[in-house]
Amino acid sequence: MSQGPSVLYDAPGPRARRRSRIMSVLSIAVFLVLAVLVVLRLRQTGQLSPELWSPIYWPGDDQFVAVWTQILTGVRYTLTAASLAIAFSLVLGTVLTTSRLLLGRYTRLPVVLLAEVLRGAPVVLLIFFAARVLPGFGVQLSQLWYLVIGLTAYNFVVIGEILRAGVAALPNGQREAGLAIGLTPRQTVLQIQLPQAFRLMLPALISQLVVIVKDTSLAALILTGPLELLNVGERIAGFLDNPLQAYLLVAILFIIINSLLGRLATYTEKRLGRARTAPNRGEDITEPRTDTDLEADAAATPGDRDADTDITQGRDTTR
Amino acid sequence: MEVLVDNFGLFVDGFLGSLRIILYTLVFALVLGTLLAMMRVSPVPPLQRFGSGYVSIVRNSPLTVMLFFTAFVLPELGFNARFIWLGVLGLTLYTAAFVCEAVRSGINAVPSGQAEAARAVGLTFGQSLGSVVMPQALRTVIPPLGSVIIAMMKNSAVVGAFGVGGDLFSVGTRLTSAQGLAALPVLTGVLLGYLAITLPTATILSRIEEKVAILR
Repeated sequence: MSQGPSVLYDAPGPRARRRSRIMSVLSIAVFLVLAVLVVLRLRQTGQLSPELWSPIYWPGDDQFVAVWTQILTGVRYTLTAASLAIAFSLVLGTVLTTSRLLLGRYTRLPVVLLAEVLRGAPVVLLIFFAARVLPGFGVQLSQLWYLVIGLTAYNFVVIGEILRAGVAALPNGQREAGLAIGLTPRQTVLQIQLPQAFRLMLPALISQLVVIVKDTSLAALILTGPLELLNVGERIAGFLDNPLQAYLLVAILFIIINSLLGRLATYTEKRLGRARTAPNRGEDITEPRTDTDLEADAAATPGDRDADTDITQGRDTTR
Repeated sequence: MEVLVDNFGLFVDGFLGSLRIILYTLVFALVLGTLLAMMRVSPVPPLQRFGSGYVSIVRNSPLTVMLFFTAFVLPELGFNARFIWLGVLGLTLYTAAFVCEAVRSGINAVPSGQAEAARAVGLTFGQSLGSVVMPQALRTVIPPLGSVIIAMMKNSAVVGAFGVGGDLFSVGTRLTSAQGLAALPVLTGVLLGYLAITLPTATILSRIEEKVAILR
């Protein structure tokens, strides 16, 4: 019981402990039986024969160097595509949020519409769109760029939403103070609200990076010859005729990259949480929990009042 | 835009194909995800570990890789089925991890006083989970579960990207690649098809959310 007694049960007494022990033994037995069945099946179908595995783990194998050179190219390609996509998404997402916050009720309609359409579309379709439609307009780019454009088209909207939720989570006093000292609404958004929203939402932004890294693998399905990780795995599987082993390696590499990113997100979250509970560190006094009732001037503050459930929820939970 | 009119029948077939994948996956993933969530909150350590291991592995690997496993590796192991079932299986295994996390976060959001009260009046683990915690958790679960479901609807296009799913996306690839039709109108049609699935779902979900919202 890693996290101690949970909401659902007390610290167990002798009978509950015995029952839990019986359940544990039973479930371990079930898992063991399943594992044995899997191994038997693997042996039956010849998947355990060493020549299928050794190019991956045994440096003495003829193919080892070739396999890993390819794999490293794939990792580099995947990380490049993901970094480019997150960089463009951050820039465009900031522009999107700023314009949603600053434009009037009607002038921001086209922006909102575009955002909704892009957010409702499957990423795989957006990448396909980039790869098929852009060349028709004379935009010939390398496959990497179609991937980056497709990923950006989807993720900048998501990042815009994350930032908007961050702005909405800030105490109203931040914007009011900005306006009160004579900053224009734009200056208030750019210099007061967005920088804080970035900080507040850093963990969510890093988690989005995990999504982007995973989505680079869509390229293997719809683009021709990108060298990202999964496509490299596909080539290896084709060449060595070991799909199970090749895709397992690809999966493990993705899991390693993404759990590192996930760790980073948790770490930032903890750090930020600590920073906010220690308000004596000058720069961090961002949460004076004043619940001012000045929401009436919503008309003067474009943005974040339109009925968007995400936002209202962000507001409720952070207050 | 003629392309859309001429091939309207194909688009409708694709739309229905997508709905089919989505509905099957929805049912299976909700069941499997809830089972995983129950494992994660159960007082049995091996089950907890299995649940959390499953979630962290699946959440950190791409859906595409999962589908490669179900579509290309399972047949190697002698499990043959029509592609749509292999696709639904992959999408289910992937989505279940996210359903599990949504359900678990809902359970954790129930104030501990509720479960303590349930135990104080002598309810067992099952009773307290089933008649006190779950009914409350379900309400909290709806917003995150809604996003998971909408993401799954969009992810169904990845199944179609294998080209044989018979869904909207595969109609798009077939018309543009095999028949060489202009990409812009065809893909716009496909996009509209997906929006016709995701946007109404989002509206319905936020209605339900408002209906069942409880104050904490």
